[in-house]
Amino acid sequence: MTVQLPGSPLNSPVPALALRGLAKRFGGKIAVDGISLDVPAGSFYGVVGPNGAGKTTTLSMATGLLRPDFGTAHVHGVDVWAKPLEAKKLMGILPDGVRLFDRLTGEQLVTYAGLLRGMDRDVVAHRVGELMAALDVSGDAGTLVVDYSAGMTKKIALASALIHAPRLLVLDEPFESVDPVSAANIRGILDNYVASGGTVIVSSHVMDLVQRMCDHVAVVAAGRVLAAGTVDEVRDGASLEDRFVQLVGRGNQTGGLEWLRTF
Amino acid sequence: MVAHLLSLKWRLLLNGFRRSPAQLVGIAIGGLYALGVVVTLVVTLVALRWADAETAHTAVVLGGAAAIVAWAVVPLMASAADMTLDPSRFTTSTVPMRQLLTGLALAGFIGLPGLSTVIVALFTAATWWRSVPAVLGALLGAVLGMLSCVVLSKVITTATAGLAASRRFKDVSSIVVFVPLVLMGPIVAGVFRGVSGSTGYLPELARMVSWTPLGASWSLGGDLASGDVAAAGLKALIALATLLVLFAAWNALLKRALVTPPYSGGSGKRGGKLGLFGLLPATPTGAVAARSLSYWIRDPRYAASLIVVPLLPVIFLFQSGQSGSYSMLVILGPIAAFILAWSIAADVSYDNTAFALHLATGVRGIHDRLGRALACLAFALPVVVIFAVGPFFLTRDWNWLPGVLGLSLGVLFSGLGLASIVSARYTSNVPLPGDSPFKKPPGNVAQTLAVQFGGMAVLFLLVLPELVLVIVQSVTGDPLWGWINLAIGTVLGVALFVAGVRIGGRWLDRRGPELFAQLSVNR
Repeated sequence: MTVQLPGSPLNSPVPALALRGLAKRFGGKIAVDGISLDVPAGSFYGVVGPNGAGKTTTLSMATGLLRPDFGTAHVHGVDVWAKPLEAKKLMGILPDGVRLFDRLTGEQLVTYAGLLRGMDRDVVAHRVGELMAALDVSGDAGTLVVDYSAGMTKKIALASALIHAPRLLVLDEPFESVDPVSAANIRGILDNYVASGGTVIVSSHVMDLVQRMCDHVAVVAAGRVLAAGTVDEVRDGASLEDRFVQLVGRGNQTGGLEWLRTF
Repeated sequence: MVAHLLSLKWRLLLNGFRRSPAQLVGIAIGGLYALGVVVTLVVTLVALRWADAETAHTAVVLGGAAAIVAWAVVPLMASAADMTLDPSRFTTSTVPMRQLLTGLALAGFIGLPGLSTVIVALFTAATWWRSVPAVLGALLGAVLGMLSCVVLSKVITTATAGLAASRRFKDVSSIVVFVPLVLMGPIVAGVFRGVSGSTGYLPELARMVSWTPLGASWSLGGDLASGDVAAAGLKALIALATLLVLFAAWNALLKRALVTPPYSGGSGKRGGKLGLFGLLPATPTGAVAARSLSYWIRDPRYAASLIVVPLLPVIFLFQSGQSGSYSMLVILGPIAAFILAWSIAADVSYDNTAFALHLATGVRGIHDRLGRALACLAFALPVVVIFAVGPFFLTRDWNWLPGVLGLSLGVLFSGLGLASIVSARYTSNVPLPGDSPFKKPPGNVAQTLAVQFGGMAVLFLLVLPELVLVIVQSVTGDPLWGWINLAIGTVLGVALFVAGVRIGGRWLDRRGPELFAQLSVNR
């Protein structure tokens, strides 16, 4: 278990994402309490934590959606909050719990994401076609997103994040309500993307998935990083799930509820 | 269980205050207003104690009937449907239907409109403080009447919520409802002219209404005061039957609503049709404009804010028909310009958290602003020009055309510029995406009002030069001032438009994340 300290890069001189002392308070509640993290370029990085741990808040601050109270975020050396437009060119973001422009068709929405980034019309059209095919939503490309199922909506949002071929992908809960076949499909796409040099950050609370998919992982709870490093370092011989429960420290509360056995 | 529902509603109301101090201010303003209305009505009812029986009967019955109609119509009209205790949220909690209905009906009285109705209704007993049976009758009538108010409003909201089987149907129907509402003015005016034509019509109308479900309960006190026990008995039965039928209807509607799952989309459609995205320039501005125009067409919330525009000429023509002069028609252009320009003042609020895409892609503020404003301008400009020029074919007073056109264009361009700033900085409380255009989420009413009225006041100042020129022309009668107005309106308007788009763009660049955080409050 290694908590990355400020100014100690892991193995690449410029990490894909470097967070330093990020903190955010909502009213009286401290959601993120000084998170520092280095995500090496070319890694498949998992961020795990219980509900309300501050995963989404941290990723929002790292991607320019939520202004941090303290701390900095750098994407490939570009300060997200000092040069937001430059940093956003490098990133593809799938935020969790936000709406989409769902009165557009799936195809229109992904096209919109491409055009907003100032891309060429032909390039956008070509990539939209390939993305829709790769994510297996071509059959519904002309349907309004509002009529999509939850899983298809996720896939369209993912396509919108991929359209400009970013160097860093930040995906908040990308597999929520996605069926297993589609999930395997998405994993394949992400694996290829990492193999060709891209960096992926996913947040999840499905430990098993993270253990199989990611090479690095950070365990976040109560707005702090409890452990970070390669998956093997963090899990330290145990399964990631056991290690997680041990770190977060609420493993022994299965007592009580005796009445549940009485039917 | 009924008590649980009541305390739940009470808790929700109190917690609503806690969300922000501004909300408290909004509620306080609403409360003061309601207090004023209630005190006025209560004083009137007490004063009617010394009026003759027929006048008192007429006032109470017609007033009560109006209250019932208002409870049915206002939730639809004023986006005020109270969804804090949405029945569909109780689907999984196996509350017995009877108790759920009782609880929800009684919970309907918690809140300003409910409480006001209760107080005013009970004070009808003061009007009939003439004999013991009359007071008792008035009290019974008040209870039956106010229950009818609440249950009828529940029936209407449940029926309209459950009416729609498909999203498309819902989209269309939610807009069509506006048409009679917008035309309400002319309709009511027509009825009133008929009424004022014959004296003694109102008591006659009240007697008639008192035999209908609308007025039966409110008539009990009056009938017993004048000793008409038989009529009172029959009307009590009518009122009771009304209430039972309403409850039964609500019961049936609710049962259906609870077991009917939301419509899930139709069969898949293959792509290939990019629509406006393929037509407009492939730039961020063009893309934003294409997206906005698609929404003007597809999102009922936008369409609902536009529906009033084609109906404006109808209203004004009606007005002119009554007064015999078409001179009022010339303000069609400026009014349409104002409505259309101001319609994008809450544009980002309509996006809700979908605005995250603009933030994530790093689209520049000025492109965002310009795209939205141009999308609105694309249809607003022709409409405003037609509305500004059209009336002169009736009035034939062509001397006024340049001035009116100048004012209209000035209002349109300045308004779009100002709206671009307002929506970049302030959020308004608007219906959520996919919801009915009627259904506003609970939220910061005070800020919404402040933004809307503050913005309009600023717009008034911005178009002051054009307004002054109109006045100068009407004083001097010299059409030259009209031509000057046309030049000033166009030049000043476009200048303010450009300035607004730029300032709004800069604010958006600087405060995008803060704006997004405000949007995330309601989602």
